[in-house]
Amino acid sequence: MPSLKSLRLRINSVKSTQKITKAMKMVAASRLRRAQEAAEAGRPFAERMERMLFNLAAKQTGSDSAPQLLVGTGKDQVHLLVVATAERGLCGAFNSSIVRLARRHIEELVRAGKTVKILCVGRKGRDQLRRDYGSLIIDTIELAGVKKLGFVDAERIGERILSLFAHGEADVVTLFYSRFKSVISQIPTAQQLIPIALPAAEAQADAGGAIPEYEPDEEAILADILPRNVSVQVYRALLENAASEQGARMSAMDNATRNAGEMIKKLTISYNRQRQAIITKELIEIISGAEAV
Amino acid sequence: MADRVHLELVSPERLLLAVDADTVVLPGADGDFGVLADHAPLISTLRPGVIEVYEGEKVVDRLFVAGGVAEVLEGSRVTVLATTAVKIAEIERAKVEQALKDAREDHDDAKDDDIRAKHASRIEELMAMLESVDGP
Repeated sequence: MPSLKSLRLRINSVKSTQKITKAMKMVAASRLRRAQEAAEAGRPFAERMERMLFNLAAKQTGSDSAPQLLVGTGKDQVHLLVVATAERGLCGAFNSSIVRLARRHIEELVRAGKTVKILCVGRKGRDQLRRDYGSLIIDTIELAGVKKLGFVDAERIGERILSLFAHGEADVVTLFYSRFKSVISQIPTAQQLIPIALPAAEAQADAGGAIPEYEPDEEAILADILPRNVSVQVYRALLENAASEQGARMSAMDNATRNAGEMIKKLTISYNRQRQAIITKELIEIISGAEAV
Repeated sequence: MADRVHLELVSPERLLLAVDADTVVLPGADGDFGVLADHAPLISTLRPGVIEVYEGEKVVDRLFVAGGVAEVLEGSRVTVLATTAVKIAEIERAKVEQALKDAREDHDDAKDDDIRAKHASRIEELMAMLESVDGP
């Protein structure tokens, strides 16, 4: 049986842990609200861009002059995987689940004999991938210093991807991030950025009523939108990721707080028992001592 | 509102502006164009320039956009997708001039063509911004 003092110390230490996890949960909750608002505010742009792009793309995919960003380079050899994770830990399985998905893709591609390159966004993903695939990681973009995620940050990543693609160092680009479904459910997702994954044909058909006029012409517009779309998609993924991270952290910290509470309860019970036992023992000693006289 | 145009200006970060106007003038890549109610559907890229919102014959709002795409939809709706958009009244001349100077220096210092091209487009953007401040 541990002594009374050590039990008391144990209870106090669990109590302070609980205070920390509770505070982290509150912080995550308030950050989550902000991240969600940002994600919602960014939605109209991405949606309209997507719709415009699909309308244009549907017409262009058949022709030979279609830009490479849309139809790809025609090769399927070099795969660039952009793995977006968080900068901090203590958020449940958030980082690991994204990395796990990426890992599965990497293994499949390697087995198929493809060349894989990894671009990490966020420190945690790099730390986890470095052990097994250190030689495949070409660079890491850290967002640690970024207070509020802005479009410029996404543009930085987008430009990096585009320049790799333009120099023929990637044929297919896939982005890994976690889609925010709800506070308790985030879905790790793989999204192909280049060539663009188009939805089924019937979905496009009802997109627009009258055929719009294009100025200067369809190709010029497409050439303008496509590179921009990469940044927009990255930005959306980053926003979703930010919301997911906070959601995951919130539920992880909620669990931790509850566990600490249970532990305190158990420890308190054994502390009280122990105290009672000592009192009883002392009483017995006194009584039997008095009887002996 | 059948005879009015609904303008929405969207940036990746948020919806910047949603107003009803009589006419909207947009800086299209091939030249400025005005949009009245019941305009035919149109998609156009924009050059760095000024969006003007008309109320009757008067300009009520002027906004600078650094390029983007405009989409005119049926039902007198106009959507502008722009990465950067600022109200002209909120632009500070001195700051733009400073940024222009910096960009020029960066342009001259640039070592590879990609970076130089990037700075060149930035300079173009800033010059258009200055012009728009000086405009009517």
